[in-house]
Amino acid sequence: MTANSEIDMPAQTAGTTHSEETSVEPVIAVNNLNIYYDKFLAVRDVTMEIASRSITALIGPSGCGKSTFLRSLNRMHEVIPKAHVDGVVQLNGEDIYRPDVDPVTVRRRIGMVFQRPNPFPTMSIYENVLAGMRLNANRLSKPDADEIVERSLTGANLWGEVKDRLDNPGSSLSGGQQQRLCIARAIAVEPEVLLMDEPCSALDPISTMAIEALMEQLKDQFTIVIVTHNMQQAARVSERTAFFNIDEPGQPGHIVEMDLTEKMFSNPQEKATSDYVTGRFG
Amino acid sequence: MTATMSPPQSQVSSLTTGKMHRAIPFAICVFSIAVGVVGVYSIGGFKWGWMAIVAAHLYLLLVTIASRVIEDRRQATDRAMRTVMTIAFTTVTIPLISVFWKVIAEGASRFDRKFFTGSMRITPEDMLAQMEGAAVGGALHAMAGTLIITAIAGIISVPLGLLTAIYLVEYGKGKLAGAVTRMVDVMTGIPSIVAGLFAYALFELFLGPGTRSGLSGGVALSLLMTPVVVRSSEEMLRLVPNELREASLALGVAKWRTILKVVLPTAIAGILTGVTLAVARVIGETAPLLVTAGVAQGINLNPFSGRMTTLPVFSYYEYVQPGVPPETGIARAWGAALMLVMIVAVLFTAARIMSHVLKPKGLK
Repeated sequence: MTANSEIDMPAQTAGTTHSEETSVEPVIAVNNLNIYYDKFLAVRDVTMEIASRSITALIGPSGCGKSTFLRSLNRMHEVIPKAHVDGVVQLNGEDIYRPDVDPVTVRRRIGMVFQRPNPFPTMSIYENVLAGMRLNANRLSKPDADEIVERSLTGANLWGEVKDRLDNPGSSLSGGQQQRLCIARAIAVEPEVLLMDEPCSALDPISTMAIEALMEQLKDQFTIVIVTHNMQQAARVSERTAFFNIDEPGQPGHIVEMDLTEKMFSNPQEKATSDYVTGRFG
Repeated sequence: MTATMSPPQSQVSSLTTGKMHRAIPFAICVFSIAVGVVGVYSIGGFKWGWMAIVAAHLYLLLVTIASRVIEDRRQATDRAMRTVMTIAFTTVTIPLISVFWKVIAEGASRFDRKFFTGSMRITPEDMLAQMEGAAVGGALHAMAGTLIITAIAGIISVPLGLLTAIYLVEYGKGKLAGAVTRMVDVMTGIPSIVAGLFAYALFELFLGPGTRSGLSGGVALSLLMTPVVVRSSEEMLRLVPNELREASLALGVAKWRTILKVVLPTAIAGILTGVTLAVARVIGETAPLLVTAGVAQGINLNPFSGRMTTLPVFSYYEYVQPGVPPETGIARAWGAALMLVMIVAVLFTAARIMSHVLKPKGLK
């Protein structure tokens, strides 16, 4: 039942008003991905295509493996000892899990924003934005660096708030500002894809609105995949939604259904999906 | 008026219990001290240690009973435990203050120019002057020896210990990491004289029997210092939130750069404090240096050859072989002890300043 929904997806999309999107090559294509923590199978058999320059939301109850899946898309999953995957994840047609692929290179092209804002405490706001370059010892001229900082902070809707105090520590900002700083840091290295792991769950509604507005702008340049517990958020910001579920605790999570967001929330194929999005469980 | 809403002050609320007036514990304290002083004095004269013991126990007993009567059981237990802790704290500080007091009082007499500029190569004239009671001889050679040997130990132990800690926290897994952790634990327990004998035997293998040098002493101390550095650095590295490592890795930063540029700078303040503690741990070692570095009368700045005296060894020798008359040697021993305490104090102060300066801006 997992398989048909993904196979159906392009066909269904073709028949809708979003037909022009089907012509867009998927940036990320996932095929039969199983994700393990040591011997424990956490997520089973995910097949999915993520469309370019759009927002894809991953929803589902806690423990269903959506964050685990997200982290496997830029090989952050394997940072955890003994964690591994099998299956194929392709970025623009190239398998990121091929044995000779360096995870470091993958992460430069697929950036990530985490649940809790995590600016580097040793660095100023300015240095935080440049962290992706500076930590990799890329030498930048002062004008170039200034330009990147301004562009990234503007891109993250933070420039106006911090332009007069770029030398303050990153941790001096409020939670919402810190999260936007982390987004600025992630987009400064100009990745193709931005993975966001519940980026608003630690933030108040005002900051959440700011981040959502920002995501709307960012999708013109980046492909965004967001994990969220907040179904309204998924409905507000995403073009496509994937619903993950687990049958019972201890069982592997799996994808139930993936479709255009409006369809997922109005007329989903699977009963589990409609139960979840209407708030009957989860 | 809403005043009618609030109950009259005099009425006993179900939420209140008896409250002991602040003056009562104070009065009990004064009373206990008085009983302690007068009681002990009338039995055995002015013995302040016994007076303190009697007063402390009496106060503990009376304040608990008073609280039990006026307040309730929980309050009484609270007061009793607070009193026990205060007494324990005071007891712990007494030896510390006493040591400082004694070392300063006895050591200050030899804090003269000669002590800081001269060694124990004493001229016959000085020897005669010493017979007359003049203060001669210096500890410059021992200060130099202490600094050189401790520096050698630090140069060996800090990189070794820090790299081991990085291995354990960032890379190590499975049996090897477990074995390393256990070995470090065992090393922490090595008696210092054994470390000295090891270093002596090691240098004997290469340079023949009877070899004594500053380097050998430094190696002996590094054996004692390394596990302390490993342990403290390990703790500090584990305190660095994983989120920061992940943030860096997710930016496409290689693991070694993440460790070097994110993890270490975040933990550097704590690591420095740990290193200082490790230095303080070894700078006062005597036994291993007796067998490895030996004793020299003059200044030896070359750690690769010849004996080298350190302050603790100097202090020890001036105590066992004080010369004639013995007071001059004993005074030098105290002087060396005070010097050592001051070096440690300076090191601690420097480490506090350094760690404050290096502390991440966001964590101050």
